[in-house]
Amino acid sequence: MSEQQEYLDVSVWRGDASSGDYQSFRVPEYASQTILDVVSWIQQNADPTLTYRFACRVGMCGSCAMMVNGSPRWTCRTHVKKVAGKDRKLKIAPLRNLPVIKDLAADMAPFFDKWVKAGGRHAPSATRNDPIPQIKPESAGRDAANAGIECINCSVCYAACDTVTGNPDYLGPAALQRAWTIVNDEKHGNRDAVIEIVSAAGGCHNCHSMGSCTLHCPNDLDPMSAIAGLKRLTARNFFKRGA
Amino acid sequence: MLNIRLYLAQRISAMIMVPFVITHIAVMIYAIQGGLSAAEILGRTQGSVFWFLFYGMFVAAVSVHAAIGVRVIVSETTGLRGSALSLLSGASFLLFLFLGARAVMAVTVSA
Ligand code: FES
Repeated sequence: MSEQQEYLDVSVWRGDASSGDYQSFRVPEYASQTILDVVSWIQQNADPTLTYRFACRVGMCGSCAMMVNGSPRWTCRTHVKKVAGKDRKLKIAPLRNLPVIKDLAADMAPFFDKWVKAGGRHAPSATRNDPIPQIKPESAGRDAANAGIECINCSVCYAACDTVTGNPDYLGPAALQRAWTIVNDEKHGNRDAVIEIVSAAGGCHNCHSMGSCTLHCPNDLDPMSAIAGLKRLTARNFFKRGA
Repeated sequence: MLNIRLYLAQRISAMIMVPFVITHIAVMIYAIQGGLSAAEILGRTQGSVFWFLFYGMFVAAVSVHAAIGVRVIVSETTGLRGSALSLLSGASFLLFLFLGARAVMAVTVSA
């Protein structure tokens, strides 16, 4: 005895950087179906030209984020049940605050460029010939650095942030959280330079503490508190140096 | 758009404003209890060095604070950036300072 097949009413954004519109699809509903499953079903069964991006499907690579019913989400780990209301309606769009390449694929370049600009690259403080510095796992700095290291670069926080929308120079939550990780990492060789970068225009002081980053982070990280940490640290340094 | 200097200027001017705002409101409520007229109030404030310094510093803090606020709001809503934005924030600082200073002079300098 089979239950009656239910359908989802899905509108998907189609287009490129210059123009586009929503297109409707009827997608069969299954148990434990994710948003990425829905998008893949459309591409495999309804329109093979639909463009989207994913890789790991288990919430590790950070490539599958899209706007789902208005909120940025990692689609491979977002269950349809969680976001579709009783009317079984879904609206899927490319990530906000980033240029569109095509359909659901946003151009992540500005996001990664800002990560690098914020000093996100590791700078070694020792060579392979030096002894490995001992870092106490329970030290306050290590604790603060640990808080942000599970970031998967999905850009969900960047898409959620209204300050990014209003201020294109703003480095954004992910890059600033990375900066906070670095300034707390005793093994990093260039922490002062990172403090300098986040104190300049476009840096941490533009944050309005609205908290959308922390609210939407799929890994339950807290970029807003990391940015608050940067604000406190830079203010303290400013007075210490008398600059 | 905001760097650490502007950020700190706004935070510090806000901190300076806190006691001024509280005293300003408290004195206002207290002063009108007995039904003081405007002329009677001016009679007490005009020529007073204390009220001149009080409202002078208050106005200076407000001008800094509001000009930076305007800078952020204008930039985020209209996309204005660079030197045009700095010009605008500088001009609004001067405007607030001028308007505020006129009021302080009228209220605290004897006619
Ligand atoms: S596909 Fe890798 S995080 Fe979703």
